[in-house]
Amino acid sequence: MILQNVLENAWIIPFLPFLAFALIGLIFHRWPKFSTAVSILSIAASFVFSVMVAMTVFSTAEGTVYEAGTRWLSMPGLQVDMGLLIDPLTAVMLLVVTTIALLVQIYSIGYMHGDPGIASYYAYQSLFAGSMLGLVVSNNFGQIFVFWELVGICSYFLIGFWFGRNSAKEAAKKAFITNRVGDFGFLLGILFLQIIFGTLNFNGLAVEIANYTNTGVLSMISILLFFGPIGKSAQFPLHVWLPDAMEGPTPVSALIHAATMVAAGVYLIARAIFIFNTSAEALMVIAVVGGFTALFAATIAIVQNDIKRILAFSTLSQLGYMVMAMGVGVMTAGMFHLMTHAFFKSLLFLGAGSVIHAMHDEQDIWKMGNLSKKMPITTWTFVIGALALSGIPPLSGFWSKDEILLGAFASGHMGLYVLGSFVAFLTAFYMFRLIFVAFFGSNTAGEHAHESPSVMTWPLIILAVISVFAGFVGSPLMNNAFGHYITYVGAQHHEASVSIMIVSAIIALAGIVLAYLVYQRKLVDYEAVKERFSGVYNLLYNKYYIDEFYALLIKYFVDGTAKVMEWFDLHVINGIVNGIAIFTGRAGTALKYTENGQVQTYALYMFAGIVVLLISALCAVFTAIA
Amino acid sequence: MIGLSHYLVLGTMLFSIGLFGVLSKRNAIAVLMCVELMLNAVNINFVAIEKFITPGTGLGQLFAIFVIVVAAAEVAVGLALVISIYRQKKSVNLNDFNLLKW
Repeated sequence: MILQNVLENAWIIPFLPFLAFALIGLIFHRWPKFSTAVSILSIAASFVFSVMVAMTVFSTAEGTVYEAGTRWLSMPGLQVDMGLLIDPLTAVMLLVVTTIALLVQIYSIGYMHGDPGIASYYAYQSLFAGSMLGLVVSNNFGQIFVFWELVGICSYFLIGFWFGRNSAKEAAKKAFITNRVGDFGFLLGILFLQIIFGTLNFNGLAVEIANYTNTGVLSMISILLFFGPIGKSAQFPLHVWLPDAMEGPTPVSALIHAATMVAAGVYLIARAIFIFNTSAEALMVIAVVGGFTALFAATIAIVQNDIKRILAFSTLSQLGYMVMAMGVGVMTAGMFHLMTHAFFKSLLFLGAGSVIHAMHDEQDIWKMGNLSKKMPITTWTFVIGALALSGIPPLSGFWSKDEILLGAFASGHMGLYVLGSFVAFLTAFYMFRLIFVAFFGSNTAGEHAHESPSVMTWPLIILAVISVFAGFVGSPLMNNAFGHYITYVGAQHHEASVSIMIVSAIIALAGIVLAYLVYQRKLVDYEAVKERFSGVYNLLYNKYYIDEFYALLIKYFVDGTAKVMEWFDLHVINGIVNGIAIFTGRAGTALKYTENGQVQTYALYMFAGIVVLLISALCAVFTAIA
Repeated sequence: MIGLSHYLVLGTMLFSIGLFGVLSKRNAIAVLMCVELMLNAVNINFVAIEKFITPGTGLGQLFAIFVIVVAAAEVAVGLALVISIYRQKKSVNLNDFNLLKW
């Protein structure tokens, strides 16, 4: 009975952070400390509720599902509902989001210490937490779209949090505008669903789509819906905003641009997998886009020097992994990777934040070095995060990455399997390049650093512990508990293959060893390699010139179109309008000579008019008679 | 035997004379008098039509009296306007009244 009550009151989970946002924004913003407390208390309460919800959901063998809804607005032909859908997928997302949001907000106490905008920072954080939680408990596409846009606007606010810096302003605008492109397609997809099926409710749509046979339409809708994740989860070709989004405060990057908001796209695919599964073409597109993004971003990450940008490209790459998993038909593995990635990537970002904080806003890894001496907690938690990301057993990343590779292998996508394994190698390499250069190297620039306060290190330690153990819930050791709950029409789990596990572990180790040899032992002169392959290096360093390409595209295509339109407006539209005015004026000038001011003349005209009317009336009468 | 058509022809002739005067006379007083002619032509039509088509209703006579009253008022206003213009222009020639001209 109590358990039922928990689910009925699950709306409180997103509601509390929204309330905190309103309270801080309207009342408490004058008192930064109080605002901080309100925000953290609300997210902590949401966390407790989420744990209770998760316990309820996972208390039954198949996972409890609860749905409640109410009509939002109704007019002939259109009913918009709002509602709550709690199932195992939602429960996992609630746990991930509230855990990381809570830890990030606690960490921010230390990181944002002394910033004049702390109250608004926590207001945005609360708004984001509420929106993200609202997104994951939505039971229909309309509501998900509303929260989808809300998290987008929070992202905009927080990227541009230090709006005094021009680069932050530009990055915020870029993120927002790039997402508009994706959301346009997403909204079109939602409208098609509404028009064709008459409902946006997930369960309602699942029933309708099962009875719908026009695969062409379903493919089109799937691909349109996939535009949303392409924008929000920063898949190629709309990935350009995510690296620039690192202009925001580092805890924001950890929460929004690594763990939760960018994962919303993946969550959406998982939630709507019943639509995507109806179209093999759409799944193929998803798999290829995801796989390509994974490889593309990983190659860029190898040569970046900014610690946050390396992590940003790593995030892109891992999101590509998740999307690829959805595409090759292992939704479970994708969600599993989303969960483990959320933990270890937020750990890495918070670790990077700790370093940046200690180094007084220095982000270039070559200007750090030997940080492990002075910052042991940050260093070792960072290493744990990197090991998890690289997929070293038995850390969490190993199990989830392995599931994806296994899925690609077992479903016959050999090309994507090889690509995924290669990306795993690159991942291990670039992460340990970062670690050996920044945390161990012979450079002593980092030795004046100091360990961060405990309010920052404790979240790191907690996340490190989770990063180590979170993988077990989906591992064969625990009978694939994760895959048991997070499924869609039948198991999507492939039998664990020891050989694939061994191969992926060896690949990851190889990447680490190579990074060790090159950057720690310096057996290879990387500067010489850089010189030798300067063409490739520059291509990678400049992110394949995609940004420049878009800039050119905008300059020539958009501005060119604008110029043509301007000419058209000035000469054709203005010409027509002015022409009409001039014609009217001339006509008036010409006709004014008929006016002589003599009333008698006017009366004559009147008389003539009556005569004409009379004659025509008589003619009409006579022709009617004849 | 004098019938309806005779009265109508008389009315038409009077109306035409009045219209000709209104359109051709240059003296404002003459124009006003011609307007009276036209109104009286209408009066003849009213009375004649009542007599021959709707006898006993009195509607035509009633309207004729209405027209006479309106005509009296019109003449009063019209003459007042003419006098007013005469004071300005020292003329009653319509050719001199061209304030509306471009």
